Amino acid sequence: MSIKGIKRWAAAGALFFWSFAAWAEYKLNLQTPHTLLGEKIYDLHTIITAICFVIFIGVFGFMFYAVFKHRKSVGHKAAQFHENTAVEVAWTLIPFVILIAMAVPATGTLVTMRDTSEADLTIKATGYQWKWGYDYLKGEGAGISFYSTLSTPRAQIEGTDVAGRNANPNYLLETDNHVVVPVGKKIRILTTAADVIHAWYVPALAVKQDAVPGFIRDTWFKAEKPGIYRGQCAELCGKDHGFMPIVVEVMEPAAYTAWVGSQQKKIAAAKVDPNKSWTLDELKAHGEKVYAQNCVACHQATGMGVPGSFPALSGSKVVDGPKADQIKLLLAGKQGTAMASFKHLSDADLAGVITFTRNNWSNKTGEAVAPAEIKAARN
Amino acid sequence: MDAAHTHSHDHGHDDHGHKPSGIMRWVKSTNHKDIGTMYLWFSFCMFLVGGVMALIIRSELFQPGLQIVRPDFFNSMTTYHGLIMVFGAIMPAFVGFANWLIPMQIGAPDMAFPRMNNLSFWLLPPAALLLIAAQFMPGGGAGVGWTMYAPLSTQAGPAMDLTIFAVHTLGISSIMGSINIITTILNMRAPGLTLMKMPLFCWTWLITAYLLVAVMPVLAGAVTMTLTDRHFGTHFFNAAGGGDPVLYQHIFWFFGHPEVYIIAIPAFGVVSQVIPAFSRKPLFGYASMVYATASIAILSFMVWAHHMYTAGMPVEAQLYFMYATVLIAVPTGVKVFNWVATMWKGSLTFETPMLFALGFLFLFTLGGFTGLVLSITPVDVQLHDTYYVVAHFHYVMVAGALFSAFAGIYFWLPKWTGRMYNETLGKWHFWLSLVFFNVTFFVQHFLGLAGMPRRIPDYALQFTEFNMISSIGAFGFGLSQLLFLYVVIKCITSGEKAPDKPWEGADSLEWTHLPTPAPWHSFETPPVIK
Repeated sequence: MSIKGIKRWAAAGALFFWSFAAWAEYKLNLQTPHTLLGEKIYDLHTIITAICFVIFIGVFGFMFYAVFKHRKSVGHKAAQFHENTAVEVAWTLIPFVILIAMAVPATGTLVTMRDTSEADLTIKATGYQWKWGYDYLKGEGAGISFYSTLSTPRAQIEGTDVAGRNANPNYLLETDNHVVVPVGKKIRILTTAADVIHAWYVPALAVKQDAVPGFIRDTWFKAEKPGIYRGQCAELCGKDHGFMPIVVEVMEPAAYTAWVGSQQKKIAAAKVDPNKSWTLDELKAHGEKVYAQNCVACHQATGMGVPGSFPALSGSKVVDGPKADQIKLLLAGKQGTAMASFKHLSDADLAGVITFTRNNWSNKTGEAVAPAEIKAARN
Repeated sequence: MDAAHTHSHDHGHDDHGHKPSGIMRWVKSTNHKDIGTMYLWFSFCMFLVGGVMALIIRSELFQPGLQIVRPDFFNSMTTYHGLIMVFGAIMPAFVGFANWLIPMQIGAPDMAFPRMNNLSFWLLPPAALLLIAAQFMPGGGAGVGWTMYAPLSTQAGPAMDLTIFAVHTLGISSIMGSINIITTILNMRAPGLTLMKMPLFCWTWLITAYLLVAVMPVLAGAVTMTLTDRHFGTHFFNAAGGGDPVLYQHIFWFFGHPEVYIIAIPAFGVVSQVIPAFSRKPLFGYASMVYATASIAILSFMVWAHHMYTAGMPVEAQLYFMYATVLIAVPTGVKVFNWVATMWKGSLTFETPMLFALGFLFLFTLGGFTGLVLSITPVDVQLHDTYYVVAHFHYVMVAGALFSAFAGIYFWLPKWTGRMYNETLGKWHFWLSLVFFNVTFFVQHFLGLAGMPRRIPDYALQFTEFNMISSIGAFGFGLSQLLFLYVVIKCITSGEKAPDKPWEGADSLEWTHLPTPAPWHSFETPPVIK
């Protein structure tokens, strides 16, 4: 072989291996599991896919042999045989046996998957249109409670900041508050929802569980390694179904304890003195934040809503009308519409957001709603 | 009474051989061939409408970010793409085949209830208009998914009511069509044509018709409960009033899983006619094919909750549904083995119908295997509601049902029109469809495995490349179907004259006992089958 020939082969070989490297960047399989159960599921999937692949090659080996050898154009004459009891019994029984061989390991894995007993930490995940709420119920950190909302800037989604989107490795998979859990501990997740069905799905932790309004479901995971694991809502839940991610941050036990401490301090600091008297501007400023977290997805930053789907607040009869009616609407929601009850928000949050809407955009009532009024309306 | 009876009887006799001209021929048609033709054209129109919706979805998903449509509209597109393709395109296509072929294959002059046949077709266009009109209701179409899960569906705008009414109408049409098919097959077979001598296509439709009669009322019940929850104060699916949202899913999938086979079984029937014809060899195991089809139909009632592994169920129920689902692979395997054994040692030729039947066999089996992967509960929990599922059911629905429908169209087009289609263009249609179908859907397996949820208008950056590939494939696939339209129109208008039996190996009555094109009333006197 000439030198030129060798060079050409070497180049071809390099290209060949380079193409493998390029493919490696594409995800062709399940995400790398980070729990023992996830590894079991990963292996189960590999085994079943492999069995299917072998059968596929076998069956279509026959078919393609016939396609090439038993064709009329090569002069093959058709045999006229049909029906053969031995063959037919064999191809009924053999698949049956293979299926049993698949079902046995699947049964073990399924039973493990559904055993949510003896959890070290229990967290309730509540699906809202369109964010997640978390309440730490039992175990270290019980009492911590927060919402977790998409933190990807709207500009990146809407396309006014494409450069920012392309530079963002966690585009659509980032939240303002992470679900923080300790490593190596069994975490039980209770799922429920406030409005429609959502699903809590984190692929690397091998969990997916529907969150059904009015019912509690559960699932569990035990992370083997500290790290940040990202997932999304998996059940169609309306307009912003694609925009309510889940971020789980797994920490070493010491770091987790420190996180719990900081959260508890935050809770204590955030506890607003119920007797504090707010000025209109303070309420408005507080309400603007609440609005951004809870209302903006439907009623929009402009207060104009989405015509036909979500009513405008700017110039709305309710917002410009008596405050008692607006308070009632926020506490009770409106049956048969996407307007859910927001009674889970604090008195200060509700007072703030109502004051904000009544004194923003084209609304100029000049009225402040005090937290005490919300408290009174609750009873 | 007597006089009136005699009069209408006479009138009926006068009608024989007479057909109104112009548009009234179609509006008032009681002829199984005309009605079959209308079903097929209606189905193709809906296929184009649903296809445009698919292309809107794929355009938005070409790259990350929201470029072309708003999330609300995107959800509406996924919803109506599904509803229109399932109820408007695939199901009517196979009812069209049933109308055209069943009387010809069993030696009958027409369907048993010609007037009901007319009504069951003419209910479809209003239903389709309702689905399209839903897009223009305040708030746009209902973005609830074709499964219409409560309580999202109780929350949706007025478009949901139109959709519910459309589903009711489509259901009535299907039930009437099924009653007609069952009656025709059971009562109108030629002397000597016992059930176990019928062409397999008739067998598959007999079984499918029973499935339809059994489950369409269940779907009607589910959407009626949604309707009363929306407007009449009931709480079937509302926990606050003592109901349960998951109840809807149980009812829906009790309809939904047999529905999968309502679509697939007639497709099996078409393929079981085409493969022996082009292998010039009888179907390997006729009886076992009949039993396998019946087993699949019966099993399909017992596996519905495998669509709901993540909805919350006792572990025992999950185990049961996993075992029952896995079991379906046995009769399905029997069918695939039978088709391959039919080809074995045949004398094969590869005209367009055979190519589509082989495309069906290869890709439907692939879809069956991903179905087997999904039946394993712990694996399904990972893949449920991801693009893996989207890829799986498009292999079954598009490469399965649609390819089989194409095979059937090319196979029977000469008998229907009296003219041959252009073989070269037909083959182009096949190869383009095959390649672009796989470009579109094969990569979606990888997206699902990597964790991309379905029904999202925007996605994380790591999913970009495969989504781009899939979108390019979708446009290629969509455009290839315009070639199909061209081939069919060219065949009808200027195709070569077809002989009575253009396919050497075809052996059912429409080929052996009827001229080409088939006469207006297929068999005036029944043939005698020995």
